[in-house]
Amino acid sequence: MIATLAIILSFQLVGEIAARALDLPLPGPVVGLLLLVATCILRPSVAERIRPTTLGLLQHLSLFFVPAGVGIVAHWGLLREYGLGLALALAGSTVLAIGAGALAFTAVARLTRSEDPSAMKAPGDD
Amino acid sequence: MTDPLLIWSYLSEGPLLWLTATLVAYLIGDAAFRATHRKSWANPVLIAVVVLGLLLWGTGTDYATYFEGAQFVHFMLGPATVALGLPLYDNLPRVRKAAWPMLAGLVVGSSVAVLSALAIAKAFGIQGSVLASLAPKSTTAPVAIGIAERIGGQPTLTAALVLLTGIFGAIIVTPLLNALRIRDWRARGFSVGVAAHGIGTARAFQVNETAGAFSGIGMGLNAVLTAIIAPLALRLFGG
Repeated sequence: MIATLAIILSFQLVGEIAARALDLPLPGPVVGLLLLVATCILRPSVAERIRPTTLGLLQHLSLFFVPAGVGIVAHWGLLREYGLGLALALAGSTVLAIGAGALAFTAVARLTRSEDPSAMKAPGDD
Repeated sequence: MTDPLLIWSYLSEGPLLWLTATLVAYLIGDAAFRATHRKSWANPVLIAVVVLGLLLWGTGTDYATYFEGAQFVHFMLGPATVALGLPLYDNLPRVRKAAWPMLAGLVVGSSVAVLSALAIAKAFGIQGSVLASLAPKSTTAPVAIGIAERIGGQPTLTAALVLLTGIFGAIIVTPLLNALRIRDWRARGFSVGVAAHGIGTARAFQVNETAGAFSGIGMGLNAVLTAIIAPLALRLFGG
């Protein structure tokens, strides 16, 4: 676990340095992500080494949003002021964006014959 | 025996109390999520935020004090972003095959997210800096805040709107896409990543690893595209 954390933190560190030094438009962790993918392609053993801890970490991705989420409470007054309009704008646009995005994806997958039978949801899944 | 108030004042100074509270609140949320057979409305982030919000309110603690403790958990967002590289690597053959569908899903999802949000808000008389704060709300928080600052929004309001969008998207995605009969895990993950960033991606990983990988890609690509679309859309709506 500690070795995996050290590997992941090193990628983030190099990513942060590269993003700042080269003035990239991407945040440091995203550069770290791309470097991790490149490293796994060149050395597949790295992927196997970090797999258990990394997938465990991603299972609890939700946890890491909690502290920022509590910030909503700190802005409650501001949010209430514009209540209904903001709530409908958020809810409406999110429903429309997810629906339209998914429909566009599947329509083009059909058109370009790039459907993937191995990535289909079984009827019983949630 | 020591005065309980002294113990409280000691605890409220250090990070121990709120770090522990954050982990316990999440575990309560996660337990509720499992107890409801992983139903999307029992969102662990939402439950944990409500529990912690009530605790802060009940103890009269301000957000800055809370964050002193919670920052260690918040810090893990960076490593978790790097960690998204592994499922991306695992799904590379699928990703290569899905370039055109992803491009379509990105352009449509990203534009609809920004334009429809601004249109609805404008219809309710929202304008100025609040409208600008709303424009990047589907983007991952650090990028959204950067965009909001550039187009005249309020960074803290943007952060709150980003998180509300993420929680709402994570809750609505499963029933919505079931109703639309979308069975493709790639499309299900990708669209929620575009519309509801990391919290949507966290939801996708709870359900299916391929959906999670595509959600992570959707989130990343949307961050780049929204930076271009948001200022243009805002000009269109006279923000």
